[in-house]
Amino acid sequence: MAEEKEFEPVIVGFFCNWCTATAADLAGTLRMQYPANIRPIRTMCSGSVDPVYVLRALLGGADGVIVGGCPPGDCHYVSGNYKARRRMAILKTVLTTLGLEEDRVWIRWISAAEGPKFARTMNEVTKSIRKLGPNPISKDRSI
Amino acid sequence: MEQYAILPVGKEGVLGAIRQFLTNLLEKKLVDALLVPLELPTGDNVVPTIVSSPEQIQAANPLAPVMPVNTARLVSRITLVSSSPERLGVVLRSCELRALVELVKLKQASLDKLLLIGVDCFGTYSVSDYGKLVKEGSSPTGDFLKKVREGKDDALIRKACQVCEYPVPMSADLTLGLIGANLDSSILLVAGTPEGEKIVQELGLEEGKAEERQSAIAKLTAERAQKREELLKQTREEIRGLDKLMATLATCINCHNCKTVCPLCYCKECFFDSPVFEFEANKYLGWAKRKGALRMPSDTLLFHLTRLNHMVISCVGCGLCTEACPNDIQVSDIFRLVGYEVQKVFDYVPGRSLDEELPLTTFKEEELPDIGI
Repeated sequence: MAEEKEFEPVIVGFFCNWCTATAADLAGTLRMQYPANIRPIRTMCSGSVDPVYVLRALLGGADGVIVGGCPPGDCHYVSGNYKARRRMAILKTVLTTLGLEEDRVWIRWISAAEGPKFARTMNEVTKSIRKLGPNPISKDRSI
Repeated sequence: MEQYAILPVGKEGVLGAIRQFLTNLLEKKLVDALLVPLELPTGDNVVPTIVSSPEQIQAANPLAPVMPVNTARLVSRITLVSSSPERLGVVLRSCELRALVELVKLKQASLDKLLLIGVDCFGTYSVSDYGKLVKEGSSPTGDFLKKVREGKDDALIRKACQVCEYPVPMSADLTLGLIGANLDSSILLVAGTPEGEKIVQELGLEEGKAEERQSAIAKLTAERAQKREELLKQTREEIRGLDKLMATLATCINCHNCKTVCPLCYCKECFFDSPVFEFEANKYLGWAKRKGALRMPSDTLLFHLTRLNHMVISCVGCGLCTEACPNDIQVSDIFRLVGYEVQKVFDYVPGRSLDEELPLTTFKEEELPDIGI
């Protein structure tokens, strides 16, 4: 009997231009592997990621979302990532309160020098979302 | 420190005393105009009105248990382009004043030359219930105050009002203090700012005492807080989880009325009314193909979740979203529950103070350790 094909999640990544997206480049230069499940989108700052983008992804077909920004204190725009942190805290609280799966939303601080951390984190998030299984919201015709 | 003065109630009743007070403000030129609820000539609604002539105050009724719009929206409308050139007194309920404070922080209104006159609030009916009572020949304001005085429950009071734990306006210059007062003899005029104290002095009012008021406020607030807990518990049971949430939103027709009446939804062009949501036909068909079927109009849940994310931190719980829903979705219950949880994260009470920064415009370097590693 053929083994059932493993579930391959779609994960949308919003990566800040100055840190996490640069870390992705570094991971590539270092020839480090990370799963093709990640669909990276470069943003100018994690602070510019409105929750509606995350929600749009989750409701529109993604199984998970990861927002990557500069480590706190290192924002290229001084405080964008602190604001992103507050926005994401609100987003996660909204989802938790409504009983929706907040653990499909990840926030990670990955600096431009952390290519290996980038690759490791992408492996972690893919493993974790794979374990959660397909996102029920995105397949619901009534939303 | 608050200062208390006595507004004596004569044979015209408590409403007469308040009208006299408002007339005095205009006649003594302490304000140039007032934004205050006036009874419409037909009587079946009481609407915020800008009054510059003292004679018109005879129709003023800030005690009518009805709130057709949140006055904060109107103050924003008046002061957004330029602040008021003349002294404008604004009569507001607690939720209206709290929404106004939020709008000022959002730079959507200006308090320059405004005199904020708060009114203690015992709750309001829906606009249609109020109009129905008038058409049936009863006088809702008098009947309502009688029930309040006798401590009777009033089932017509909107749910949002029944669970409102802020019956007393915060940060008003002057407050018409009804709670704990013997409405047959006098009410209190509470001055909360130096501006308010100046007016009390100009009017030459007798000094009043606050003990009964304070204990009555504590009692009422505790009752309301308990009802709020019950509502939160019930709402949690009703809406938690995708299936229950979508059952709650099943009758939503994407009319966006809840957004239109919300005092805090201030964007000139809402994201959801923008060209971002003008898709080509193949987009819709593609979504339908992926899911097998697609509800139209699309993006019902996205709209409500986004509005929660954008606005709930400032939600004052006025409940007008529920009122505006043509299909009786209890939008306000959802906002109360989510607002309670989100505001708790930042220890933020919307409208509590102009000095508290909006949580999304500020940050602490060390906070929220669970968000991001």
